[in-house]
Formats: sequence, structure tokens, C-alpha cells
Amino acid sequence: MRLPASQAGKLAMFAALALLLTVLPFGTEALLGRSWVRVIDGALLFSMLAIGLNVVVGYAGLLDLGFIAFFGIGAYSYSLLASPQFGLHYPFWALLPLGAVVAGLFGVILGAPTLRLRGDYLAIVTLGFGEIIRIFLVNLNRPFNLTNGPQGITLIDPIRIGGFDLSKTYEVFGMKVAAVHSYYFLFLLCVIASIILSQRLENSRIGRAWIAIREDEIAAKAMGINTRDIKLLAFAMGATFGGVSGGLFAAFQGFVSPESFKLMDSIMILCMVVLGGMGHVPGVVLGAILLTALPEGLRYVQPLQQNLFGRVYVDPADLRMLLFGLALVLMMRFRPQGLWPSKRREHELKGET
Amino acid sequence: MDTLLQQIINGLIQGSLYAIVALGYTMVYGILELINFAHGDVVMVGALVTYTVFSFAAGHGMSAGPALLLAVAASVLVCVPLGLLIERMAYRPLRRAQRLAPLITAIGVSILVEYAAALIWSKQYLSLPELLKPTPIQIGGATTSDLQIAILLISLAMMGGLLWLIKYTRMGKAMRATAQSHDLAGLMGVNVDQVIAFTFALGSALGAIAGVMQIVYYGIGHYLMGFMLGLKAFTAAVLGGIGNVQGAMLGGLLLGLIESLASGYIGDLTGGVLGSNYRDVFAFLVLVLVLVLRPSGLMGQKSGDRA
Repeated sequence: MRLPASQAGKLAMFAALALLLTVLPFGTEALLGRSWVRVIDGALLFSMLAIGLNVVVGYAGLLDLGFIAFFGIGAYSYSLLASPQFGLHYPFWALLPLGAVVAGLFGVILGAPTLRLRGDYLAIVTLGFGEIIRIFLVNLNRPFNLTNGPQGITLIDPIRIGGFDLSKTYEVFGMKVAAVHSYYFLFLLCVIASIILSQRLENSRIGRAWIAIREDEIAAKAMGINTRDIKLLAFAMGATFGGVSGGLFAAFQGFVSPESFKLMDSIMILCMVVLGGMGHVPGVVLGAILLTALPEGLRYVQPLQQNLFGRVYVDPADLRMLLFGLALVLMMRFRPQGLWPSKRREHELKGET
Repeated sequence: MDTLLQQIINGLIQGSLYAIVALGYTMVYGILELINFAHGDVVMVGALVTYTVFSFAAGHGMSAGPALLLAVAASVLVCVPLGLLIERMAYRPLRRAQRLAPLITAIGVSILVEYAAALIWSKQYLSLPELLKPTPIQIGGATTSDLQIAILLISLAMMGGLLWLIKYTRMGKAMRATAQSHDLAGLMGVNVDQVIAFTFALGSALGAIAGVMQIVYYGIGHYLMGFMLGLKAFTAAVLGGIGNVQGAMLGGLLLGLIESLASGYIGDLTGGVLGSNYRDVFAFLVLVLVLVLRPSGLMGQKSGDRA
């Protein structure tokens, strides 16, 4: 069978990309060491989160500042049901959908009281919501020990697919496939699924309704869109992505504590979406990869400061936050459409006077 | 009975501080329809400047009175330019941009101020040198101090002054006009940019003094202290009806009382199941309840959609 030239080119591109993504974790380990493979795993998880937040912020135009709470809810629902905390060890096939549903429910609970109002309120309420969830995670070790308080939950079950335990090292074709590699492939599959799902959503009736609401809510209403339900759906859908990646995170780390779900993490995910390009999935994934790699890169700044000034002026973690803040301000000022915007969004945002 | 009185006193004092910070939110919102996320952080800067001044004063054997005056002057002198800078650099260029943009900028500015403060003052909890020695005062079984009463009185005086300014001065009239419509106010000869800058300066000055009082009241400062304070003050502004100056004052005092009473009694009410460690949750519950039941707030007249 002969393919038209353009299609053959696409196929070749696709094959090359697939090959690259397969080799990536092994190549990285050989060149940079295993810690960078963990960074890539983290980048994939954050890509999923950013894709989820993009549904809420990018498509529907609702600013959610407590998105990390859904990640936390997913992580804790997995941890509680697959760890020695209650002696429960359900399989992840059951727990990931459960985490998605629970997070989605919380999304609706959070969205319901605020959706009648304008975006600013939503921003504050979601911000408060994120903090409240964290306060509960810290304090729910009394009256009975649900979350184990600030110590968090340890010894969480790894993911097992059939007889294949992702936390163990296997030998495949003479290559050592360790936990970081197995999880890499699992996360990669999840990210690809998320991208496909999210892009299908964007082009669906619902996705177009979201975009209509983002552009002009009153006009959307006049066109017969049930704005309240559609906005709630955006919240629930976004939260679902958060819940699933939370479950994956818990299984991958084997340990969760409220420390992982702070406001700054919500802001970081928001930065990923804004930097990459609100409403454009490839851009958002780019944002997630850039911002996950950034702190690792900033580690090299420390010896640099030491050499230049003889002491460390700015702790890399603080430097990262300063850069985040600056990036948000500068992006909104000079390139609100993001680094890699969708065509449509670019026109809209440039057209603003 | 005594604990009740004590909780009411504590609530009123914290509430008056919320009210002053809430004024900064509500004035800016009234004019720009923008939640200035960085306002809580401006208050934090005011508090930490006070820490620096007090440390200096303690090192040079200065007495409490001059140190306090110097602290107020210094924090106002730092916070007002900071507020103006934020307005000029971050918000003014976006005044006609899409809604989401200024909000995201505001979050960015807030992070910038917080971590710049972390660089200057470190990330430690800073305890204020004990220059002020409050004299305890007994009121019917409850304890307060001259310092706390002074905080309450100064707050009330500041609120009164602000109301006068908005109601009876030319600038106040211009502010009210600008809040109704930038374009029409401009046509009537109001210099809109100047009015907005003045609003930020005024809010930041109030915030600076609130910061001084906050750190003097609790004795502890931290680079992230503005976050919760800002969230609560915003809640107070919403409770009173955002954009409404009297509303912010009422909302602040009410929120202080609610929080103090709720965290004081929740242990007894729930049989010790929930403790005062849930203190920060109440403000948020109030916020959600107001949004559900009366989005325009206690004194607001705008419809839910506009608010």
C-alpha cells in the first residue's frame, strides 16, 4: 500500500517520536543519572495536572487557585485504601477511577456555590478551598486517625498490573527496567490518554460551550447553553485529571503528606498553564516540562553564586518562586497568549485593546 | 461569662485590623474591579519594617514611644511607594485587558513581594523586641491592655477619617465618580490615573499601619503572614459588600468576632472533637455562606453578577 507523501511523513514523524519517547528514560539515565529520570516522571505527572487545570482555566476561563487540592484528594483516596493505614489493599484498577470520581465530586462541591458569580470570587474561594483541604489533611488524625496528620501515610502499595510489580526491577531484552522506568511508561500512557481526551473534549459540543462561556457568558447563555451545568462540568472534569494523577503520585512515591499539597504547588501548576499557553494542550505540556525542569536547573545556580560572590545569596527554592512571580507578571504584560498558544487564542488575545 | 467577654474583646481587636486591611481591598475593587492579591503582602511589609525599626531601636536604647512613631513613619514610607509601584508596573498596563490577565498578574505580584521579603528578612519567624510594655486592664473579669485598646481606637479613628475623606473632600468625590465610570469621570475632568494611584497609596498607607498594629499585637512576623491576613480581610470585604467602604468596616469587625467566638467555643460545642486548630476554616466558611446566601454582602447594593 502506498501512502500519500504527507501521510507517510506524518507516520515517520510519529514513529520517530515513539522511538524517542521509548529511549528517553534509558538515555537520560545513561547520560545524566537516575535522578533525572525521576524528574521526567515528575514532569509527566505535572503535565497531567496542567492538562486538567487547562480544562478549567484554559477552556472555561475559570481561575482555579486550589487545584492542588484535587491532586491531594486523589493521592489520599489511593493511600487510604492501599496502605497499612487501615490494612486495606485494593487494586489500583479500582482505586484510580474512585480517586477520579471523588475528586470530581469535590470539584462540583467547590464549584456549586461560586459559579453564579464572577471569576474573581472563584479565584479566592478556590484558593481558600485548597488551604482548607490541607488544614483538614493535617488535622484529621483526631478524633480518629484518618489521615495520620502531618506525618502522612507511608508504605503505600505500588501499582501492580497482573503479576507485574512496577516497583521492582526487571530485565527486558538485556536492559534493566527499574521502577522509575516502569512508572515512566505508565505515566507516559496516562499523559497521552489525557492529551487525546482533552483534545477530543475541546472539539466536542461541551468544549465549544466552555470556550463560548470563556468568551462571553451572557452571549453563551443566550445561545441556549446551560452555563451553570457546563461550568460545573468543567470543574468536575478538571478535578478528575487531578484525582487520577494524585493516585499515580501516591503509588509512585509510596508516601504522601500534606506538605505536598500547598498553595505554592497550585500556583506552580497555574504557571505551567499560563506560561505554555492557556487553552492549548501542547503548550500546557511544554509549560509543565519547562517548569518541572527549572528547579533542577536552578540547582546549578547555587555553586555559580558561590563562585561569583563567595556566598549563596538566593536559595534556589526562593529563586524559583521569584521567577514564577516575575514570569506571571511579565507573561500577562507582554505575551498573554503563552509561549505556544493555539492559533485561535493568539488572535483573540492580540485583538484585545 | 468571663471567657465570653474575653473572646468578644479579642474578636473586636483582631476584627478592627481585618477591617483596615479590608478597606484596602474594597477601595481598589470599587474602582478597578480587581482583587489586589498583593495587598495582604503590603501589610506584611509594613509589619516587617516595624520589626526592623524595633530591632534598631532596641539596639540603640530608644524608648518605646519614638520607636513606635518611627516604625509607623518608616512602614508608611515603604508601603506607599510599594503600592504605587505595583499599580504602575503591574496593573495599569492591563487596565483594559481581558479579565483573567490582571488577576493572574496580581497573584504574580503577591509571590514576588513575598519572596523578595524572604530575601530581605529571611524565612524565619521574627519576634518583635519587647519595647512596648502593655499595662493589663481588667474589664469585668476579662483582661485586655492599654495597647489593645489603643489598637481598637486608632483603627476606629482611621475608619472615621477615611469615611470623611471619601464623603467630603474633592479627592473623595473623584474616587466615587471614578468607581462609577472611568470614562465619564474622565470626561468630567477627573484625572483617572491620578485617582487610581491615590487609591492605591491610601490603601497601602492604611495597610502599613495595620501591619504595624498586627505585629505589635502578636509580637511575631513572618514573610507569609500577609497571605492568611489578606484572605480573611478579603472575606471581610465580601461579607460587608465588596466596593462598600462602611461594609468593609462592619465586615471586618463581624469576622473578627465570628472567628474569635467560633474558635473559642468549637471545642466545647463538639465535645473536643474539633479544636481551635480549625480557626482558619471559619473565615472561609463565612465567605462561602455569604456567596451562597447574599452575594452582594451585608451592605452592598450591586447585583451578584456585578459584585
